[in-house]
Amino acid sequence: MPWTRRHLLTIEELSLAEIEQIHTTASAFKQILGRSVKKVPALRGKTIVNLFLEPSTRTRMAFDMAAKRLSADVIAVEASSSSTTKGETLRDTAENIQALQADMIVIRHSAAGSPLYLSRLLDIPVINAGDGAHEHPTQGLLDTFTMKEHLGSLKGRKVVILGDILFSRVARSNIHALTKLGADVTLVGPSTLVPEWFTAMGVKVSYDLKSALADAEVVMLLRIQHERQASSHFPSIGEYTSMFGLNKTRAGWLNPKAIIMHPGPINRGVEIDSELADGEHSVILEQVTNGIAVRMAVLYLCAGGQPENVTPAA
Amino acid sequence: MPSLWIKNARIVDPAAKRDAVGDLFIVDGKIVASLSAAAKKRAKKIDARGLVACPGLVDIHVHFREPGQTHKETIATGSHCAAAGGFTTVVCMPNTSPPADNAGTIQYINDAIRRDAVVKVYPTGCITVGLKGQALAPIGSLKRAGVVAITDDGDCVQSNELMRRAIEYAKMFDLPVMDHCQDASMTQGAVMNEGVMSTRLGLRGWPNAAEDLIVARNVVLSEYTGAHIHLQHISSKFSIDVIRRGKSRGARITAEATPHHIALTDECLAGYDTNFKMNPPLRTESDRRAIIAGLRDGTLDCINTDHAPHTDYEKDKEFDYAPNGIIGLETSLAVTLDVLVRQNKFKLAHVIDLMTRKPAAILGLPAGTLAVGAAADICLFDPNEQWLYDAKAGFSKSSNSPWHGQTLTGRVKTTIVDGRVVFENGKISSR
Repeated sequence: MPWTRRHLLTIEELSLAEIEQIHTTASAFKQILGRSVKKVPALRGKTIVNLFLEPSTRTRMAFDMAAKRLSADVIAVEASSSSTTKGETLRDTAENIQALQADMIVIRHSAAGSPLYLSRLLDIPVINAGDGAHEHPTQGLLDTFTMKEHLGSLKGRKVVILGDILFSRVARSNIHALTKLGADVTLVGPSTLVPEWFTAMGVKVSYDLKSALADAEVVMLLRIQHERQASSHFPSIGEYTSMFGLNKTRAGWLNPKAIIMHPGPINRGVEIDSELADGEHSVILEQVTNGIAVRMAVLYLCAGGQPENVTPAA
Repeated sequence: MPSLWIKNARIVDPAAKRDAVGDLFIVDGKIVASLSAAAKKRAKKIDARGLVACPGLVDIHVHFREPGQTHKETIATGSHCAAAGGFTTVVCMPNTSPPADNAGTIQYINDAIRRDAVVKVYPTGCITVGLKGQALAPIGSLKRAGVVAITDDGDCVQSNELMRRAIEYAKMFDLPVMDHCQDASMTQGAVMNEGVMSTRLGLRGWPNAAEDLIVARNVVLSEYTGAHIHLQHISSKFSIDVIRRGKSRGARITAEATPHHIALTDECLAGYDTNFKMNPPLRTESDRRAIIAGLRDGTLDCINTDHAPHTDYEKDKEFDYAPNGIIGLETSLAVTLDVLVRQNKFKLAHVIDLMTRKPAAILGLPAGTLAVGAAADICLFDPNEQWLYDAKAGFSKSSNSPWHGQTLTGRVKTTIVDGRVVFENGKISSR
């Protein structure tokens, strides 16, 4: 089945087959990344604009790296330097970027739905690099890619997402990806940050850490975004850590082979003990590396490439 | 002014319990029982076969944006929308720029109404100075300047003490207080109904509890003081239960519903279309059904649009940043007929009552009947005509409508104010 999608806006709209296509393509690119010459000419002559209207380090660097590995030219626009600070609307900013003959826009924005909005305005592909608390599709794709590398098929596998789910776009993208891939997903955290409404997305919700972690094969920790909750959603960081932080005892409840994931940035000693972050079960840095391959796959496919044309040989 | 003879209309006048095919006669701007044979010869005749003739529609909740936001709407263009939608009496909200919190601004608005309006437009004044919820506006002076109610619509008086004093004070002038029921502390940054959809879309939720709390507060305060509070645009199922109980206890509470809250739900937000963003937000199917049930049993008294124009460029933004509100005057009748009559089997006369006599009665406005001697404010519509609604071709300065591009059923053909045709064949008659 050929790849036909021009934009990557959400995982919710992807079919299982499309997720698998991205993963297959990412695998091929990952092999290329292992070579001494890590560059392919797939997007030579194309210009990708990274429009990051909200701060980001990891995602912006990974998109930058991915585009350069594909030989694209990359221009970064950040909120502080963009005309949005002078009152320009997102529409005008984006239309200007298109008029400057960019071939693709990667957008990070604090307002949910803005990549969809841009995709309706522009003729060039729009890639969502995180929109508010809505979705972060490349993160969901790289997380499930990493899980599959360790576990094989995710069908029936118990995955726990622990932390601030309410404000997390990473959680939502992972929920969509994991449920499509057949995983058994449980969300855990303080009740104020894990509303029951999430069950409508095909996952379980629990406030009991012990039973939720029991036999889980994956635990994904999310950062407590304390600044967003204005101290109304839970009493303190200290109480959070005492109730929900992942420590050695609690990690012992997991399946012995379980992997520990985190999309970063991690807060050591808050949501995760420092030694667990660096321990043998942690795949946190693998996630970062896989983020390049997955984003190469996404940029390549949305620019019109086909999965079967990526050959790791040569 | 020539006499008018409207022939063979289905005359629906709930105030007079009349629903029969017949003729209407108008002399000197008033409804009369009959015309002499000679007068009939001279009268302007309107063939209304197949049309419904009802009292001109009444909407006690519109935003005409004048003064200060005339890029969105003016009293002239707003009144044109009203006429095109079959409305002959409308009440405009005071959240203008500056807010209508003093007699001078009301005088300015009344001057614009006399100069520009093609239908009857009544102003309201603010409850508090600058809509800030801190100090009472000069309510007595506002009354003397001609307001028909006071409201901080768009905002809600958060202090229970101030609200209590406001209604107690306004009662002295027999002035209803209209409240936009929203606990602000629970809705910081909220842009849509809180629930499954907001969770899925990652948008900040506006819980119905924030409306329910203020509705309950208002029922309590109304009963405590004996003052009349009108609850604007009720959107939540729980609120309707509270109102029902309050009314059964005898509280002087009235309440309204909007066409959008009976027609649409938060499922409509899946595409982040800002023409579905309003305050209070679209809620769930269960709320929508409860609002319809509330209209059926009289818990909710009337239908009002909350006509809230915003320009294309203001609405054309990220969902979080777009302003709240939609226009509604030109689509209200068609949408309401569709939801209440066709889908929910309300009698036509019941729906007309909800859009004429009942809203007029809430504020004591002289409107809503075709009785002999009444002002000849009349709406003639074809209940079955299908038409394509193009919001950009409408009479508003704005086009922020969720019904843009849709085929609607039920179309206003002629609107008459004080015996004068103000809208006919899709056009506003020049003043």
